[in-house]
Amino acid sequence: MRAKVYVTLKKGVLDPQGKAVMGAGSIGFDEVKDVRVGKFMEVELTGLAGSRREEAPRDMREAPANTVIENYRIERGNLSLRKV
Amino acid sequence: MKFGIIVFPGSNCDHDCYHAVKHVFGQEAEYVWHKTTSLDGFDCVILPGGFSYGDYLRTGAIASFSPVMNEVVSFAKKGGLVMGICNGFQILTEAGLLPGVLMRNKGLKFICEHTHLRVENNGSRFTSRYSGGQVVDIPIAHADGNYYADPETIARLEGEGRVAFRYSTPDGIVSDAANPNGSISNIAGILNEKGNVLGMMPHPERALEGELGSLDGRGVFESILGRLR
Repeated sequence: MRAKVYVTLKKGVLDPQGKAVMGAGSIGFDEVKDVRVGKFMEVELTGLAGSRREEAPRDMREAPANTVIENYRIERGNLSLRKV
Repeated sequence: MKFGIIVFPGSNCDHDCYHAVKHVFGQEAEYVWHKTTSLDGFDCVILPGGFSYGDYLRTGAIASFSPVMNEVVSFAKKGGLVMGICNGFQILTEAGLLPGVLMRNKGLKFICEHTHLRVENNGSRFTSRYSGGQVVDIPIAHADGNYYADPETIARLEGEGRVAFRYSTPDGIVSDAANPNGSISNIAGILNEKGNVLGMMPHPERALEGELGSLDGRGVFESILGRLR
């Protein structure tokens, strides 16, 4: 099974990279008002596919994002498991 | 004292730390590979600077899952001295031994330069050799040193005197102009609750010998060694 992990910066956390992308990307596009850069990961799962999130190894639960500054969302198939 | 210097794949200040401890201060020093599962016999553990695991995912994130980090956490819980410098600081935050996170520098650039730091707390086991408010010259070399934590955490750190160092002018003025990376409240180094874990972005091990332009990093090591002021 394949899980999709979306990591985004929390609201209010400064994103210098997003600002730089906006600076470069918005040349000639006045419509671009803000850019936030995040991460997208695809994770192939075996065995754990049916287990509950709490039973997953620590690496899987805590590695995708640093929740001090980031939110993350995991999708397995059509099922959305967690939305922070 | 016996120092353990943790080596992760991608650590690159491990030799500097070894040199500092062994040759500058004449102490026992040993490299500790990240797959090691015991820290028995060490008095102080140093997590050196570098780019562990290529900074993939987030700086320090993958290293925080190394086998040795379980040992570092129990070593710290038992009261052992742990110092994380630069990438080591990033790893300590990812491992949950220190609060907050080191984000990309506000200006996005890697910065390698001498900085002035004001000693905010000279009562700790890592800073007792300095006088309070003393300004020291210690270099930084990082792209991700922008300290961030939520306002409650910052208030707690400030209230408990856990900010060890702050970026300042040579005169000790803490200002935006003296802030190289955008860190909240110019924070350059912090302590854990018990005061036995220090994380700092500047490199004290690069300021121990006259040839390198500053001797001001000595205070950190001398404090650890418990030398009297």
